[in-house]
Amino acid sequence: MTETDDIILDELDRKIIVATQSGLPLVSEPYAVIASQVNSSTDEVMRRTERMLAAGIIRRIGAVPNHYTLGFKGNGMTVWDIPDEKVTECGEKIGALDFVSHAYERPRHQPQWNYNLFAMVHGKDREEVEQKVQLIADMLGEDNRGHEILYSSRILKKTGLRLASTK
Amino acid sequence: MSLDLDEIDRAILNNYQGGFPICERPYLAVAEKLGISESELIERLQSMLEKKQLSRFGPMYHAERLGGGLSLCAMHIPEAEYERVNEQVNAFPEVAHNYARDHTFNMWFVLATETPERISTVLKEIEQTTGFKVYNMPKKKEFFIGLKFEV
Repeated sequence: MTETDDIILDELDRKIIVATQSGLPLVSEPYAVIASQVNSSTDEVMRRTERMLAAGIIRRIGAVPNHYTLGFKGNGMTVWDIPDEKVTECGEKIGALDFVSHAYERPRHQPQWNYNLFAMVHGKDREEVEQKVQLIADMLGEDNRGHEILYSSRILKKTGLRLASTK
Repeated sequence: MSLDLDEIDRAILNNYQGGFPICERPYLAVAEKLGISESELIERLQSMLEKKQLSRFGPMYHAERLGGGLSLCAMHIPEAEYERVNEQVNAFPEVAHNYARDHTFNMWFVLATETPERISTVLKEIEQTTGFKVYNMPKKKEFFIGLKFEV
């Protein structure tokens, strides 16, 4: 996915996004249902959807599994202090691991916060998460100047990301 | 793992975390590949959604490319002030989700705003309302997002 193929979203695209951001209708002809909601044709909605997928506006279309109910009860946000010049290389290595769902470089806030690489690590329990974190630490070797696992103790709010509907 | 998923549910989960076709009858197209009927596929997806085995089904949008602002923010709040600050932070509609974590940085939330410029404005409002510093940690680079995981 490149950053150079950005497209301009118009009113109809945004209506399609609003109509589908909570999911694709579970009916035989979902794009026809969306088309009727946005006052367009099925072909046009499919064409727009394909265009947004090709441009990376839509990351993918399909099932989004819920780690927790699927047995991955141990989810840890791991944070790593990596030399700035190594963060891309290390981020790519961590992102390629099959037990990591997200990996990002983020800014440090020194001296309170020295970590610049974040990775969500999933395991069936905390013990398995810790084993996997050790695997990452071994893989990174001396590029890792320190790391921690931040477990979530409570969900305080969860509304998901929503694009406001267009007028 | 003892999960209430049979072979077909697993095939759906493992093969269609992406790549669901865009056509007039996409469920029919996929059902044929799985060797089941269109209505059975729709029922299975409905059931997995109801049991929360799937968090959702459909297009997953790339939030930053929709033109809005998005950032991960962290705060460290003394235990005695935690509930008050939590209520104040959650009251901001721009706070999409918020997690308590076991760390001195004990509150982590995602800010989603209509425009990228709004992030710093809302951040300052949260600091003024709560009286605590907000550490802004927007994504600088993304290495991977998604799942390769199999059930």
